[in-house]
Amino acid sequence: MANRILDVKNLKIDFHTYAGEVKAIRDVSFHLDEGETLAIVGESGSGKSVTTRSIIGLLAKNSQIMGGQILFHGKDLLKISEKEWQQIRGNQIAMIFQDPMTSLDPTMKIGQQIAEPLIKHKGASKKEAWAKALEMMKAVGISNAEERINQYPHQFSGGMRQRIVIAIALICEPEILLADEPTTALDVTVQAEILDLMKDLQKRVKTSIIFITHDLGVVAGMADRVNVMYAGEFLEKGTVDEIFYNPQHPYTWGLINSMPTLTSEKLESIPGTPPDLLDPPKGDPFAPRNKYAMKIDAQMKPPFFKVSETHQAATWLLHPDAPKVTPPDEIVRRWEHYKELQAADKD
Amino acid sequence: MPEERKKILEVKHLKQYFKNGRTVTKGVDDVSFDIYEGEVFGLVGESGSGKTTTGRSILQLYKPTSGEVLFEGKDVAKLHGRDEQLAFRRDAQMIFQDPYASLNPRMTVEDIIAEGLDIHHLVKDKAERRKRVEDLLETVGLNRNHASRFPHEFSGGQRQRIGIARALAVEPKFIVADEPISALDVSIQAQVVNLMIDLKKQHDLTYLFIAHDLSMVKFISDRIGVMHYGKLLEVGSADEVYEHPLHDYTKSLISAVPQPDPEIERSRKRIDYEYGKFEGDGKDDQRSMHEIRPGHFVKCTDDEVAYYEKVAQSYEK
Ligand SMILES: Nc1ncnc2c1ncn2[C@@H]1O[C@H](COP(=O)(O)OP(=O)(O)O)[C@@H](O)[C@H]1O
Ligand SMILES: Nc1ncnc2c1ncn2[C@@H]1O[C@H](COP(=O)(O)OP(=O)(O)O)[C@@H](O)[C@H]1O
Ligand SMILES: [Mg+2]
Ligand SMILES: [Mg+2]
Repeated sequence: MANRILDVKNLKIDFHTYAGEVKAIRDVSFHLDEGETLAIVGESGSGKSVTTRSIIGLLAKNSQIMGGQILFHGKDLLKISEKEWQQIRGNQIAMIFQDPMTSLDPTMKIGQQIAEPLIKHKGASKKEAWAKALEMMKAVGISNAEERINQYPHQFSGGMRQRIVIAIALICEPEILLADEPTTALDVTVQAEILDLMKDLQKRVKTSIIFITHDLGVVAGMADRVNVMYAGEFLEKGTVDEIFYNPQHPYTWGLINSMPTLTSEKLESIPGTPPDLLDPPKGDPFAPRNKYAMKIDAQMKPPFFKVSETHQAATWLLHPDAPKVTPPDEIVRRWEHYKELQAADKD
Repeated sequence: MPEERKKILEVKHLKQYFKNGRTVTKGVDDVSFDIYEGEVFGLVGESGSGKTTTGRSILQLYKPTSGEVLFEGKDVAKLHGRDEQLAFRRDAQMIFQDPYASLNPRMTVEDIIAEGLDIHHLVKDKAERRKRVEDLLETVGLNRNHASRFPHEFSGGQRQRIGIARALAVEPKFIVADEPISALDVSIQAQVVNLMIDLKKQHDLTYLFIAHDLSMVKFISDRIGVMHYGKLLEVGSADEVYEHPLHDYTKSLISAVPQPDPEIERSRKRIDYEYGKFEGDGKDDQRSMHEIRPGHFVKCTDDEVAYYEKVAQSYEK
């Protein structure tokens, strides 16, 4: 059995705004096992960042937890004091943001910034920490580390800054690394290098990663498991192969289908826009944009239907009495491929 | 066949240098290419490679350091009189990357879209102006009654549609679309790309489509140009450039694009790029566009032609 380090149960988060209550996270459950990478994928506003921020105790002041638990080794992170957070944050749980400048201090030498968590959390001496920082800089691929350790963030390019942030996040060998769109602002070649680096370091440090992105290409390369998020809920959860080759929720179909593959002839776009979370829909939140929607989708929220031990989707289409629908061609092609993979696995 | 097609745009040895004190940034450095009427020409490259500067120089938003831009055969820097200049400003339009920054927040959607109609005196009265704007809103998939609203009332995808309506208003022939989908979500990107393809067919448009998302550029473009450090390194049909890339930089760029397919991702081999081998080695002055296969050009010295011919042959096996 894999070692479960994080268990999020029925999490609900609201934000108070002048316009009313934004119901940002609406009953979300998931877990994270040791050494694995879980990707959370979804469009902007779906609740990816709020979910990750809740795991590291960095929610905005106007937020309110409406229910649920975030169990880290059995301890509910929603109930701990800021003092306890000081022990965990940057030590057992660390985070990388999209914009590296949000986590870097422009007035501090980067060596100091990388060394600091070791001094704070591991009781390292300044000298030890500095030596470890230098080692870490080399590990994240910053050449000339001896010289650059004394430089300031503005002296580095965007890609190099993200490497520095990764060095800071991993220096204490955290159990969980939260990566919120860490490569979205970077060029593809730099992105590829950073992703390789993260995979490499994950093996060395044995950290588990929650990887947030809206880029399905990045998900396919990084994730062991994938949760598809929409309007503050998960609509489908599965292994990376299950989500990409055997997707069941029409929203997942739509996402896959709106990406051009190198051979696609036509783009299938999803009409409309996500719902307003001030007044979220009653039923399947994707129903208004879903051409496969049935009457019940607008009335009643579908439960998760089990597809396999590791795969679930919240769509009424999986109800035994639902009519059989034919998904878009690209999805049919993927389903067929999935059958081949399964047949090959049996042999 | 390309010889028979009409060139709508010819860019010849375009240079756009930016002086900042004593340093000079070569934003665009000796770039030459043609765009044929009715095609989508995709320009790809990493940030800072000179894509935006190329687009802006073509539209004369900058005065080029040197080189020529011919639109329908005429040098756009030497247009005669106000009439010719106005005509070019009408024929060639731009769609911007940032749908938030590119729309004046204090103007109504009607005034934003009608700006060009007013400048070029294309409507005779208020009622006609309103009707044209409402028709345009419908064309780009928005609501007629959106005309009196302000930009902040719209989502990113909707704002980009407003930007497209503004460009379309003056019935242009040619549109420079500078990363029009980069700021949008995947599902919305597909909507905007599909809209642009439909409009191109309905209005006989030609696009210069700038993007850093290579999969999307491959999808929408007939031909592609690859830029790096202000230089255009390779030009060819979208399929050619993707399937048979010649320049090492192009190979490296394509190999870095993640695909929404776990098996492909597990086996993807990235190709590292060695700067200083076929670029930046002191011989850049001797490099110009050479046609290695029909319609497929690479920037190289005369001596390097044989090498690229071998690369091209290696694909034939
Ligand atoms: N501090 C806040 N106040 C009000 N609403 C917020 C706040 N933070 C996030 N939200 C809302 O919560 C929802 C989820 O946001 P977020 O998690 O940032 O989305 P994502 O990261 O998937 O793009 C959005 O509707 C967003 O507007
Ligand atoms: N107005 C300007 N002044 C000075 N330098 C500029 C200006 N515009 C662009 N540059 C520089 O020119 C180069 C090319 O920029 P740009 O065309 O914006 O690239 P891209 O659009 O491919 O990201 C960059 O090095 C950029 O910093
Ligand atoms: Mg976010
Ligand atoms: Mg640009």
